[in-house]
Amino acid sequence: MTELKDKDQQAIIQLKDLSIFYGDNQAVNKINLDFYKNKVTAIIGPSGCGKSTVLRSINRMNDFIDILHTKGEVVYENQNILDKNLDPTRLRRDIGMVFQRPNPFPKSIYNNIIWGPKINGFLKNPDELVEKSLRRAALWDEVKDRLHDSALGLSGGQQQRLCIARTVAMNPSVILMDEPCSALDPKATIRIENLIDELKDDYTILIVTHNMQQAARVSDYTAFLYEGELVEFGETDGLFTNPVEKQTEDYITGRFG
Amino acid sequence: MTTDRLKIYDYSIALVLLAITLISVSVTIVIMGILGIESYNFFQLVPVTDFLFGTQWEPFLEPKSFGVLPLITGTLIIVIGSSIIAIPSGIVIAAYLNEYASKKTRKIIKPLLEILAGIPTVVYGYFALTFITPLIRNFLPDTQVFNGLSGAIVVGIMILPMISSLCDDAFSSLPSSLKQGGYALGAMPFEVVSQVIIPAAKNRIGASVILAMSRAIGETMAVTLAAGATAKLTLNPLESIQTMTAFIVQVSLGDTQQGGAAYLTCFSVAGLLFLITFLLNIVGHKLMTQSKHGGF
Amino acid sequence: MSLSRSQKNSLFKFSCQAVTAISLLVLVVLLYHIMKEGFAYLNFDFLNHFPSRRPSRAGIKSALFGSLWIMGLTAMIAIPVGVCTALFLEEYTNRKNKWVKLVELNISNLAGVPSIVYGLLGLTVFVRFLGMDRSLIAGALTLSLLILPVIVVTTQGALRAVPDAIRYGAYALGARRYHVVFGQVLPAAIPGIMTGVILSMSRAIGESAPLIMVGALSFVAFTPESITDPFTVLPVQIYNWVGRPQEAFHGLAAAGIIVLLAVLFTFNIIAVFIREKFQRYKND
Repeated sequence: MTELKDKDQQAIIQLKDLSIFYGDNQAVNKINLDFYKNKVTAIIGPSGCGKSTVLRSINRMNDFIDILHTKGEVVYENQNILDKNLDPTRLRRDIGMVFQRPNPFPKSIYNNIIWGPKINGFLKNPDELVEKSLRRAALWDEVKDRLHDSALGLSGGQQQRLCIARTVAMNPSVILMDEPCSALDPKATIRIENLIDELKDDYTILIVTHNMQQAARVSDYTAFLYEGELVEFGETDGLFTNPVEKQTEDYITGRFG
Repeated sequence: MTTDRLKIYDYSIALVLLAITLISVSVTIVIMGILGIESYNFFQLVPVTDFLFGTQWEPFLEPKSFGVLPLITGTLIIVIGSSIIAIPSGIVIAAYLNEYASKKTRKIIKPLLEILAGIPTVVYGYFALTFITPLIRNFLPDTQVFNGLSGAIVVGIMILPMISSLCDDAFSSLPSSLKQGGYALGAMPFEVVSQVIIPAAKNRIGASVILAMSRAIGETMAVTLAAGATAKLTLNPLESIQTMTAFIVQVSLGDTQQGGAAYLTCFSVAGLLFLITFLLNIVGHKLMTQSKHGGF
Repeated sequence: MSLSRSQKNSLFKFSCQAVTAISLLVLVVLLYHIMKEGFAYLNFDFLNHFPSRRPSRAGIKSALFGSLWIMGLTAMIAIPVGVCTALFLEEYTNRKNKWVKLVELNISNLAGVPSIVYGLLGLTVFVRFLGMDRSLIAGALTLSLLILPVIVVTTQGALRAVPDAIRYGAYALGARRYHVVFGQVLPAAIPGIMTGVILSMSRAIGESAPLIMVGALSFVAFTPESITDPFTVLPVQIYNWVGRPQEAFHGLAAAGIIVLLAVLFTFNIIAVFIREKFQRYKND
């Protein structure tokens, strides 16, 4: 593993010997990895390398896959969040998620934003929250005149920014992004990437992507996964310009993947 | 609310939903229980063999006899007659909708067929009695006022939309490569329908026919009004007959003593009706799901 | 004489068209016949009079009110029970579980049970065993059980059509299951559920056999005031009139049918309107 320059970085989430199995198939093998606060960490690797599976274990979205089970620990706020006694609902308030395909609720733009805070019982000033969240997601100017229109009427890129706004409205500490631009056109992709750059002041962002240019553009740190193993982790600049492992070099230079 | 209270709230809602779900399960159990117990009581008074194989149905007048065969033949006249009308025309309509009709025509015809299916059965009973029967009697003056033919015709009209829509689903769910293969060999629509589509969909056609027949057996009001209340061991469709369902209505209308054999026979007839339709439905659904997954 | 292939094809096409046309013609004849026979009897007095032995004074008021009561009560019972059952089966259980499969099989079989059997069930359980007598509530409960399977099955279909992405999106915001189910999935499924409700309620409006079993054929010369009152409904009143030998009563029956079809039609219009309203967020 590369020596990290910035030793003061505070790890907000730590993966300790994390292994994940689909039935008898091992998808992820003993990964140890720290994610740093207020940084963007990209997880890259060829498809099927287990990167999305790792991401979904961090907010326990893997609970919905019956045959999946996990070994090892994911530590967040001094707790192993994989502990069966831990309530995943509380966890997901703190660790938000943006999905591969935009999935706005079939409600108005306004109601998409306030729904999370409302059901979690901390909705105070909805109008203010809606404006703040939409501004934070760089969507306000485009939708301010049609807040009560269906969210499904927005373009794909707008829908994805709405999903980010919806996540931001929960005021989480971490935002997980599972290939958030894979269903979007290049223009919309750039807007989301710029947005990620702005959001990291307030949030820790973990982004899974198969697009190496994207990882290089948006992330501070990068983890390279291959066949369920963590091959290399380090500062993005270093990893891309001067990879330590041969496999990493082969992947980022496009020799496989 | 605290997290724990919300958690408990979540679990209690699940429990309430489970309890409500059990209602539908209990309906089946209660139906089977009532029909079973009362039929058992009935068979204490009348031997099962007398019931199943007897040819005289005279539950109210002395000497009473409880041979169910006349009600079965009455029901058969309705089922066979309505099938003769509805099965070929239902399949033909489905073929037309699939192979010949334009999208626009389909859009007009399908809702109209749904209207036909949605008309209350008592309306069909009225239609049979005041329109179809006089029409039949024009051609066949010997026909009785109440007759099986008239009942069979309206029941046929009633189950026709069911067959055509189930067959339509079956035809349109076939892989289009199948049809295209036929057309690519230079086949005409007629040949594609008769040699490709119908053979390929035969299981689901069979299923829709069985389900429709089960509907015809259970049909009550139209046959009560049109076919009469004379339980007679006959297959002549021009005479007054009585179906199993019509008999149950007849008992409930009269002041039959609760607990007597005449009252209890209502349950044994309903039990038989339930058993027959239940078996048909199981076979029908099995045929339907089998052909939905896998081959045809 | 043998026909060429294309002649056979044209002949077949023509027969297909003819059969389809004839079945639609039946609908036209049916409606025309009813209009022709019943129109003369249809006036305000007919709507505002109670049934009578004398055809000239007989009206449909008690049956009309009875039908409206029964519709309302049945909807209040059957829709929540049916929707909750479907929610439990779709959102709270694993589809591969054998118990769930058994319950689903049971429900699809219930849909095929003849309506008269439900009547016998209602008579034995509600009227006699629970002592509800020949009341509106006994009738409504009987009809509710009858239409329950239709509501459950169509609601299940509507819930299945809601993409999982919506569920995951909701869970990712820290929602509990009941938030997800009642806050997101159910509202998204309402247009589909409405289709099932329209279908099943239309059936309930026209259903007569099970209501005759629970005693709706009694002579009722007043409008019901509470759920324990005796009642009659439009199809049962029509049945009563059709069954009489005098011609005039057949005319009354036809007029009653026009009223029944009008109620059915109005109900469908209202329900479709509600469905469209909910569909607002489904359109792009």
